[in-house]
Amino acid sequence: MYSYTEFDDKFLAERNAQFRAQVERRIDGSLTEDEFKPLRLMNGLYLQLHAYMLRVAIPYGTLNSAQMDQLARIAEQWDKGYGHFTTRQNIQYNWPELRDVPDMLDALAEVNLHAIQTSGNTIRNVTADHFAGAAADEVADPRPVAELIRQWSTDHPEFQFLPRKFKVAVTGAAADRAVIKAHDIGLRIVERDGEQGFEVIVGGGLGRTPMIGKVLYDFVSADDLLPTLEAIVSVYNVLGRRDNKYKARIKITVHENGIEDIRARVDAQYALIRSQFTGVDQQVLSRIESDFAAPQFKTASLAAYESAYTNDPVFRAWADTNLAEHRAPGYAIVSISLKAHGATPGDATANQMRVMADLARRFGHDELRISHEQNVILPHVHRSDLPALHAALKEAKLATANIGLISDIIACPGMDYCALATARSIPIAQEIATRFDELKLEHDVGPLKIKISGCINACGHHHVGHIGILGLDRAGVENYQITLGGDGTENASIGERAGPGFSAEEIIPAIERLVLGYLDLRNDPSETFLQAYRRLGLAPFKAALYPETASKDQANAA
Amino acid sequence: MPKPFTPKVITANALLEGDVVYQTATGWTRSLSEAEVLTDEADADLRLIDALSQQDLVVGVYLADVAPEAGGPRPTHFREEFRAKGPSNYAHGKQETL
Repeated sequence: MYSYTEFDDKFLAERNAQFRAQVERRIDGSLTEDEFKPLRLMNGLYLQLHAYMLRVAIPYGTLNSAQMDQLARIAEQWDKGYGHFTTRQNIQYNWPELRDVPDMLDALAEVNLHAIQTSGNTIRNVTADHFAGAAADEVADPRPVAELIRQWSTDHPEFQFLPRKFKVAVTGAAADRAVIKAHDIGLRIVERDGEQGFEVIVGGGLGRTPMIGKVLYDFVSADDLLPTLEAIVSVYNVLGRRDNKYKARIKITVHENGIEDIRARVDAQYALIRSQFTGVDQQVLSRIESDFAAPQFKTASLAAYESAYTNDPVFRAWADTNLAEHRAPGYAIVSISLKAHGATPGDATANQMRVMADLARRFGHDELRISHEQNVILPHVHRSDLPALHAALKEAKLATANIGLISDIIACPGMDYCALATARSIPIAQEIATRFDELKLEHDVGPLKIKISGCINACGHHHVGHIGILGLDRAGVENYQITLGGDGTENASIGERAGPGFSAEEIIPAIERLVLGYLDLRNDPSETFLQAYRRLGLAPFKAALYPETASKDQANAA
Repeated sequence: MPKPFTPKVITANALLEGDVVYQTATGWTRSLSEAEVLTDEADADLRLIDALSQQDLVVGVYLADVAPEAGGPRPTHFREEFRAKGPSNYAHGKQETL
């Protein structure tokens, strides 16, 4: 786990003191809102529908227990006792008051956290595989390089006013759990002839014009990574369109100019700047790498685990759904679901945060992760500790066994909080989860990712949901469009629009028809929704969604 | 032909708390039912200029459509309904005091 240097502490203290003075000057009238707004956004403070919102960066989704405890304290002291974990591995506080924000930032600084560059046209919080450092299928832990990128991009003087925001994701595994192909830059650690390097993907993104990223370089050696990134962002900074906000992201730059043209420009820029990188970054990286040394894994008897697995069906169901393969023998990766049926996806109360922090301390080598799927991960838990861990999770209402299932829904805050939203997302997620819990079908349905966005900006990643739901405002009424067949993994694809949208009342029955339709269509229970969709295409799923149109078509054909 | 002017209220967020507020004849209120309903376009423009000048109190001033009713103005768009009431997943915001 990275710990701040004296330089980091000083930098953050100065930034926080500056912002405290800016808030004071806004309140005493020396700054107008037009002057203050860019300053508050640089420090993660938005104004939403009902209140301010503070977005705190959780670098590459990694926290220790002291940090999680402090997030709980902040939720209790300055918010309404909860926080919302987001699809970019951040946490958002929905109810801070302007006067309190400088104190909140100071409290964050106490545990090496901040809200810098969680807004604005800058390089945002670098995200990573939430199983980093623990996954069995990993080439290397992506977090040291993610931290290097965080340090390089934070307050980078050239990149504070990019054409638009810029998001980077890193994974160290072939299985992509970080949606790297839907980022401005996606990085994957790969090995070639025994040397570790990076596959560099650019121009992915969701939003209004969804694009799957393209491979810019299939192998960049470790010491060439920062100069390469600097060259890419420099080229984008000059070439990216500033005339039209909707065409300003690098995905459009790549699309309009073509990947070959972008590569030629990046090559030229790289040649120009390479000599400025004298190897200091590699010295910094090796120090960071030592901070991320793997914990001392223990060995212990698996008897207690095996007994609980055999005798306790509730534990077994949870273990089957919420555990993933760990690289160390006897260990498991635990996903804690923040998707209890009927609850708000991604929300955790201060008490739940404290319970998770405590469990990380007792059983998890003091590590926690936030996933882009809005759950919390304990990456290193020995199986012998799982029965006790599960019991503690149950008590805190954190033991929902639904990871990867239909009720493990990603949902953006939508029009319940967000000023940009065109419809609500949260109630739709709550109702779908509640309905499928009533039907007792979700384990039969199996792996199925529903992702809901409350506007075209796609914070809820609906384009890469197996079932995507997009909330729109159609003539003053909430309307929900369905896309099918999206995928956010290494086989990334953008979902296809199924047809006309549904009203808020119609959308839950429509999803039910669709899922029941899939159960009829699949070859056997091992064929997932996505596999069935890829085999059969849109038509039979569309027929399930729009039975009236389907029967009309049939009548016309007859 | 220009569209006929529909009744409106002036709304914003409070600078310090961020709460949704509405302009009254004499100041600001957190309750939509107490908002001043503007039915004349020229009058609405003047009131908007006045509201925009109150940067020490409010942020993000704009005119929102309402339907005047016996119990006070009612929002005509669902976004304004949520702003007037608070989020639907918790009884937070304005619902806490109801």
